[in-house]
Amino acid sequence: MSQVREIETTVDELKHLFSDRAATGETMVLNMGPQHPSTHGVLRLILELDGETVVRCIPDIGYLHTGIEKNMEAKTYLKALVMTDRLDYLNNVGNNLVYCMAIEKLMDVKVPERAQAIRVLMTELQRIASHLVWLGTHAIDMASMSVLLYCFRERERIMDIFEMVSGQRMMTSYIRPGGVWRDLPPGFETVVADFLDYLPAKLDDYERLLTNNPIFKLRTQGIGYISAEEAVRWGLSGPSLRGSGVNYDVRKAMPYSGYEQYEFDVPLETGGDVYSRYRCRMREFRESIKICRQVLAKLPKGPFITGDRKVAPPPRSELGHSMEAVIHHFKLWTEGFSAPRGEVYVATESPRGELGVYLVGDGGPKPVRVHFRTPSFVNLEALSLLGEGYLVADLVAIIGSIDIVLGDVDR
Amino acid sequence: MTHVEKTVAALRARFPDAIEDVIEFRGETTVVIAPPALVEVCAFLRDDPELGYNYLADLAGVDYLPAEPRFAVSYLPYAMAANARLRLKVYLPGDAPEVASVTGVWVNADWHEREAWDMLGIKFNGHPDLRRLLMPADWEGHPHRKDYPLGYEEVQFSFNWREIDARKPYAKD
Repeated sequence: MSQVREIETTVDELKHLFSDRAATGETMVLNMGPQHPSTHGVLRLILELDGETVVRCIPDIGYLHTGIEKNMEAKTYLKALVMTDRLDYLNNVGNNLVYCMAIEKLMDVKVPERAQAIRVLMTELQRIASHLVWLGTHAIDMASMSVLLYCFRERERIMDIFEMVSGQRMMTSYIRPGGVWRDLPPGFETVVADFLDYLPAKLDDYERLLTNNPIFKLRTQGIGYISAEEAVRWGLSGPSLRGSGVNYDVRKAMPYSGYEQYEFDVPLETGGDVYSRYRCRMREFRESIKICRQVLAKLPKGPFITGDRKVAPPPRSELGHSMEAVIHHFKLWTEGFSAPRGEVYVATESPRGELGVYLVGDGGPKPVRVHFRTPSFVNLEALSLLGEGYLVADLVAIIGSIDIVLGDVDR
Repeated sequence: MTHVEKTVAALRARFPDAIEDVIEFRGETTVVIAPPALVEVCAFLRDDPELGYNYLADLAGVDYLPAEPRFAVSYLPYAMAANARLRLKVYLPGDAPEVASVTGVWVNADWHEREAWDMLGIKFNGHPDLRRLLMPADWEGHPHRKDYPLGYEEVQFSFNWREIDARKPYAKD
């Protein structure tokens, strides 16, 4: 017999989320999203409004939940790598990096210097690409259409670089446990150097369009304020935290992949509002360019992936004449490698903040638990605090300023 | 003496009975805590001026099926001034995984705990709003548990109950 499922979420169950005035009809409860152009993905906000003023803002997430963490538990360490690309779809390389670093820490694998430098270069390019998307969408939320078109034009050049390196524009899976998939192609340095020379002048253009634009300033200054203490208390990270003047950048605090060799500043702003977060990211562009230039200048020679055949596959050329290489290749792509029993946490600085992986191994070829500490998830949690007391139109600015990616939130 | 070593020594001195184990692995320190003492330990870590673990970087539940205790919750406080990370871990029984909520200590534990409840069914007592976070409110079961099937299942978003019931027992049974 067919059963009728009860709709179990009653108004009473959600009553505690709103103020008492909602029950009397004095304030209005309004749904924003999940299909809304300025929520940057499938984010649903339940708003309690007093006129235009936000009394309560309750984010409701899960519309893009894909169960990637569970799926990864059913795959070998190597095969699960491709799923990480799909988490934060504006930081694909960074997701690969943090997951590979966790495997390397768990298995105690050394990564060659050249691979580390390539990783830094790729993630910094990815940071520029991600910030370009943020800038474009943030600007279009603030009603300046042209910035979006320019930003995507620039981003396309980075996508071309990724395609040149990995064969893919977005889902690159370029970073592998122990190194990178293959060496940089010929002509790569010139293409990147050209792009790095091209970008600063364009950034100046965007700053001319926005930074001193009176409309943009009116809509962003003093909006979405969060103090330094509150930002730490709520666990914010990345430019959202540094916009409040807290100097915490994983690249400086716990350098990884050789970041300690490069000279760069961590942009700090003290305003704690949307405008400060905007300024932070605009300055981060220039720091990333600085890092990329330094990597290009002293790109070390040598292998691009570890020689440990238990982790990294043998080169194709060896398969034709080495029985051992064939065995290693076969074992890696069928059974996979086994990681020891233990647990590690590795953190990196993604364009949005602290992106960490908590990886638990049990001695077998599949992880017991992969947990992603994603910056968007934690930053979005603070939206209920950030949005209260502002207008609905300001909420759009605030969402843009914490730069969330829903793939990163929901996993 | 590093900050983490200092923390472990302070915890051992202050909570001699609550510290079940201290594990060192790849330069990371995990302190296994007896679940009843968890909130006290966390508050101590945050409030002690010497320690200053003011930032909760991560919180994750783990399902170790078929081991017993089956579940674990892993907390990752970070001391921003001292730049030190520590991992706290509580092990919970498989039949009734329950632990006190640390939302009173670190505010941002809220969503992490809701996620652990939603995905693994670990109950956080004293949590102000323990609803499902990622799955729909009417979802049954906790999909991240090891005994919850991965795929090859009827799409539960469908509302064609008659068709679903004809082919497989209702998800509730």
